[in-house]
Amino acid sequence: MERRRSLPDVLAGGIFVLIGGAFVVGALGYELGTPTRMGPGAFPLLVGAAVVALGLAIAGKGLVAGEVISFGPVPWRAVAVIVLAVLFFGFTIRRLGFVPTTAVTALLTTLASARVRLLTAVAVAAGLTVASTLIFVVGLQLRIPLWGPWLGF
Amino acid sequence: MELLDNLALGFSTALLVQNVLYCFVGVLLGTAVGVLPGIGPTATVAMLLPITFSFEPVTALIMLAGIYYGAQYGGSTTAILINLPGESSAAVTALDGHEMARQGRAGPALAAAAIGSFVAGTVATVALAAAAPPLASVALRFGPADYFSLVLFGLIVSIALARGSALKALAMIALGVLLGTVGQDIYTGTPRFVFEQRELYGGIDFVSVAVGLFGVAEILRNLENEQTRTAIVSKVTNLWPTREDRRRIIAPILRGTGLGAALGVLPGGGHVLASFTSYAVEKRISKRPQEFGRGAIEGVAGPESANNAAAQTSFIPLLTLGLPAHPVMALMIGAFIVHGITPGPNVINDEPALFWGLIASMWIGNVLLLLLNLPLIGLWVRMLRIPYQVLFPMIILFAAIGTYSLNFNAYDVYAIAFFGILGYILIKCGCEPAPLLLGFVLGPLLEENLRRSLIISRGDPSVFVTRPISAALLALAVVALVVAVLPTIRRRRAVVFAEDE
Repeated sequence: MERRRSLPDVLAGGIFVLIGGAFVVGALGYELGTPTRMGPGAFPLLVGAAVVALGLAIAGKGLVAGEVISFGPVPWRAVAVIVLAVLFFGFTIRRLGFVPTTAVTALLTTLASARVRLLTAVAVAAGLTVASTLIFVVGLQLRIPLWGPWLGF
Repeated sequence: MELLDNLALGFSTALLVQNVLYCFVGVLLGTAVGVLPGIGPTATVAMLLPITFSFEPVTALIMLAGIYYGAQYGGSTTAILINLPGESSAAVTALDGHEMARQGRAGPALAAAAIGSFVAGTVATVALAAAAPPLASVALRFGPADYFSLVLFGLIVSIALARGSALKALAMIALGVLLGTVGQDIYTGTPRFVFEQRELYGGIDFVSVAVGLFGVAEILRNLENEQTRTAIVSKVTNLWPTREDRRRIIAPILRGTGLGAALGVLPGGGHVLASFTSYAVEKRISKRPQEFGRGAIEGVAGPESANNAAAQTSFIPLLTLGLPAHPVMALMIGAFIVHGITPGPNVINDEPALFWGLIASMWIGNVLLLLLNLPLIGLWVRMLRIPYQVLFPMIILFAAIGTYSLNFNAYDVYAIAFFGILGYILIKCGCEPAPLLLGFVLGPLLEENLRRSLIISRGDPSVFVTRPISAALLALAVVALVVAVLPTIRRRRAVVFAEDE
């Protein structure tokens, strides 16, 4: 394996430092306690510090002798659309009800593919809505109303 | 014969009509989803997990186990037919299996995989039944300090076995442990890292983590370069292996079974290691090593047996110690907890019918798998033709509905998106997702036992090295860490793992 400067390594290290650091800062806001009676902040503080240290080590190693990984392309459209679809689902399932939420989520996700045509997407979304209504609400008796309060139900 | 009595109890539970039925449904669903390209067993189990919550605990766990080995088997079908292994353990099967399929010998390859899996499953189930009770009785003597060291040991061994950078794997585990602290503190009830959102008090659901890391992140990776998949799925004919084939697969199946049963107990991907090792062994001792990679049936039978044997024995640490050996077992822990059962050494005494029923059902599941897969191969081949443009919206949608139905909590759904993106970026940077999930599931256990042992010892940390069991486990953990980081051994490990790359 060839080793040289590696941006993905630095990025990974940065993410670890960032998340670990956030938890460390957060943990300081809770009671740390004593070794005998550790407070709620102690364990996250320890582990958070470990994550920061490991992140620094990974980033540092990435600057001098990182793993050679090609980061590759990012499907921005898919990332954006899928995140949007999932957030939409979580936000509206209570408010719009099962059928409309599922239909919109399915349509959005289908559009994540750069190669899909609109008509295909609508057909796939319709099919998935029917299928999931049958499977989850009719078959598995999931207690989610089909139509929600936003639609006047 | 206590073992026979126990197995009799197990079979009387497992053979109840509803249990056989749901074992069958589990195996069928597991195979159907596992066959779909690009979904490994972890994503399959995570997605189908919510379905099982409404059943009795025994039935639910039997069904879940069925889903797991169904998914495992479905994955190898995909690997053989279209060279798209769902997870790393099936990657080995793809080497020779797909080559055989291209030579028009997909039938014998699938049959070898099915027969090998069945033999391995049978032997490993007996091994599980024999090994679990003594281990559980040892584990009952564990104090909190011992448990802390055991969990730490398990996490560190999982790095030594995983592929890729040990430093990154360590960081992923620590990150998982850290994310596991979100929610109310067990001792004081203080809500931690919840941003004043009541919905987060219960913590982040592990199903969301698993679905995000293994489902959404994987889909994003597949959408990176979309191309019409060259699915040369030929018609599968001549399922039955020739006499020559049958003669050639017996020894690899037996060796694979032994290797898999032994390695499956190890935390962190023993099944991956088992199939790679089995392939390496078969290649080394074969009289025709040049055939490997060009369609040697031994290269399918051995690793598939090893893989399946390991899948069964990976239940040993789960059922006796409450420790998951790999991500799917981590999901099983969650399933136990949902049904109000804490997995660990007490299960065998408190819930004997569940414990032995689950073990017996594994054998029944393997029979069902054999009966199901060979005749239904035509159906699986047809499922392989489902275009990805239909498949991935279906996965996302079912994942969203499934995780929402866990607690009817919108934050569980938001978490999928978060872990999908986080997982995607980290995977692209060369970090493996499995250690994060293991850390996430074991983190709370680590914290609880750390704090409890310190309370008992009045804040004296030397308790971890003065108790013999704990000290031994910590020493082993240090050895494992050294092994994982030491460059020479890493290089040799790379050789074992590099066989397919």
